[in-house]
Amino acid sequence: MSHRISLYVRNVGAVVAAAALLTFTSACKKKAPAPPPAPAPAAEAPAPPPPEKPSISFSAEPTSIQKGQSATLHWDVSHATDMSIDQGVGAVQSSGQRQVYPTDTTTYTLTAKGPGGTSSESVTINVTTPPPPPPPAPTESSVDIINSQVKDVYFDYDKSDIRDDARTVLTGNADVLKKVFSTDSQISVTAEGNCDERGSAEYNLALGDRRAKAAKDFLVQLGVPGDRLKTISYGKEKPVCTDATEDCYQKNRHVHFSAGGQ
Amino acid sequence: MNKTLLSGLVVLVGPVALLAQPQRNLIEISGGERPAIAVPDFRGSGDAQARMAAFNARLFEDLQDSGQFRMVPKTVMPLHVPQQPSDFHPPSAGSTAPWLTDWSSSPVSANYLAFGYTAIQQGQLALFGWLYDVRQPDLHNAQLIGKVYLGSPDDAGARSVADQFASDILARFGAHSLAGTKIYFVSDRTGHKEIWSMDYDGSNQKQITDYRSITTFPVVSPDGTKLAFTSFLHNKAEIFMFSLQSGRRLPFFNQNASMNAASDFTPDSQHLLLYSTASGGVSQIFESDLDGGNLRRITGTNSIEVEPKMNPKGSTYVFVSGRGGQPQLYMMNSNGLDASRLTTGEGEAVNPSWNPDGIHIAFAWTRGFEPGNYNIFVMDVGTREFQQLTHGVGRNENPNWAPDGVHIVYSSRRGRTNQIWTMLADGTGQHQLTTQGNNEKPVWGKAVQ
Repeated sequence: MSHRISLYVRNVGAVVAAAALLTFTSACKKKAPAPPPAPAPAAEAPAPPPPEKPSISFSAEPTSIQKGQSATLHWDVSHATDMSIDQGVGAVQSSGQRQVYPTDTTTYTLTAKGPGGTSSESVTINVTTPPPPPPPAPTESSVDIINSQVKDVYFDYDKSDIRDDARTVLTGNADVLKKVFSTDSQISVTAEGNCDERGSAEYNLALGDRRAKAAKDFLVQLGVPGDRLKTISYGKEKPVCTDATEDCYQKNRHVHFSAGGQ
Repeated sequence: MNKTLLSGLVVLVGPVALLAQPQRNLIEISGGERPAIAVPDFRGSGDAQARMAAFNARLFEDLQDSGQFRMVPKTVMPLHVPQQPSDFHPPSAGSTAPWLTDWSSSPVSANYLAFGYTAIQQGQLALFGWLYDVRQPDLHNAQLIGKVYLGSPDDAGARSVADQFASDILARFGAHSLAGTKIYFVSDRTGHKEIWSMDYDGSNQKQITDYRSITTFPVVSPDGTKLAFTSFLHNKAEIFMFSLQSGRRLPFFNQNASMNAASDFTPDSQHLLLYSTASGGVSQIFESDLDGGNLRRITGTNSIEVEPKMNPKGSTYVFVSGRGGQPQLYMMNSNGLDASRLTTGEGEAVNPSWNPDGIHIAFAWTRGFEPGNYNIFVMDVGTREFQQLTHGVGRNENPNWAPDGVHIVYSSRRGRTNQIWTMLADGTGQHQLTTQGNNEKPVWGKAVQ
């Protein structure tokens, strides 16, 4: 389009030049004959000045970033009709800015094309990798402590009484839980009651619940805060083994403690 | 004959039971002397004959399993079996043609005769079936049923026409047909315990829940429209209510308790009986609205109280209590008072289910056996007389009555898995309905409209 306009302007220039020549010729008629003028040069307009080459102003701010940060490319281009930036930025307007997130040191090249030719400018953004954060201090989580140090307790058939062996285990559990609860206000523990497969599933749901509550009550008597201890029952729905042996029955008649959030 | 056989088994596996209890059936399947029915093998014309093995087996089974008839042994039947009414000829000199008295007199001594034949007609298996009262003097008075039944020309079609014919025969005797009734149960065949349903004969098994947790204890409302069950979906036992009409979950408010479990609907299908730790301590019995509202505590003890079931003809509850030590069955009034023990105190008695008659219960009991070795019993709660129905066939639990009051569905562990079986209330006619995975806790619901 701009190309057509400049052609039109050039033709107008030629018409004006011819008219000036005619004016000069008629004015001479009133004077003494003069030698014929030198023949006019061929009626041709002078060539217009060549279009300017595109000029580019292209910068990055900042030119050095840490990995994960961004930098902003600024540019201002004149005398160009097509502008683009590589590295995935693509075609751009003649002036603008763009935020970029290079993960490595990257050179961006802006190429501008116009009637006067093609120009390009490059900027380089240096990307540095930040030093790794210092390793966290090694600490055992409350969940790990509960999982490794709070033990299951076992019951007699159709009973929820705390046996002597369970007293010993629960006393140890109470010490661990009191310590964990005093240092971690977010953690709570669920006592899960379970039964062997011999009773009915319905009755065992209630029996498992009773076992879980008996274990909780014992812990509370030893000073474990009761509001951090929940109870549920799986009855006989979550057996740890399925053999029809007293050994397996005993394994399933238990209360398991699992850690959870408050 | 069956009673003799059962007594023999009792002697082998449970002498205590034999000494303590009279060996008579608490529930007479047809309420008195059962009529004798002769069901000779039907024949098929042409291609239909290939389907007759399936047909004859099914028809005989349907009628025998109904418990309504004495089945005449095929070995004593006359040589000339009629296939259509025109085969009958009144007795005359030299005639060997069948007549009614051939069937009514000794040794057949039948009251009724089912006969007919099949043929392939227009791509369908057609059964021409008749039921005659052979004690009548003539054919006109003898005919009770004369009808054509249609099915697909394969074994499934043969069984279908047998079912239709049997259903018509049973209807003549006022017997409840179980057609359309559903059994809901728990299956772990997907890897998780989910609620499933099937037809009363074990066909059409369908998964209802897909919670991928532990979902169990289905109970169906007496009107057949709702299912309640208990699931660990939210990491503790909670009650869920489900509409069998829309197939959708209904809202149910669970008490903030360590466990809530559904046990039964009231006979009007308007309330739910449950057991819960909502009162803070050990599991107690409650009643609530169908959405969990208006919770009413019924028991007030310090012992385990579970499995309340309301008498369909009254307002008393039967339930399981640990108040005397090991779990036993008790009965109490609807206000929770006047509890009395139904079972003897021996072993563990659990899983009560009311017969629709409001007189009998079925339950599981370890009486005479090691813990866990349950058998199915029935009891007259008025007289407390009881009868053991399963004998020496593994662990049998969760009996539940069919709407006809004659059949019982239950779970049985006879090998390495639990499966669902049905039987008659006298312990005969035991049939296995499931095979895939473990299947347990069946409940029998009436047909959903």
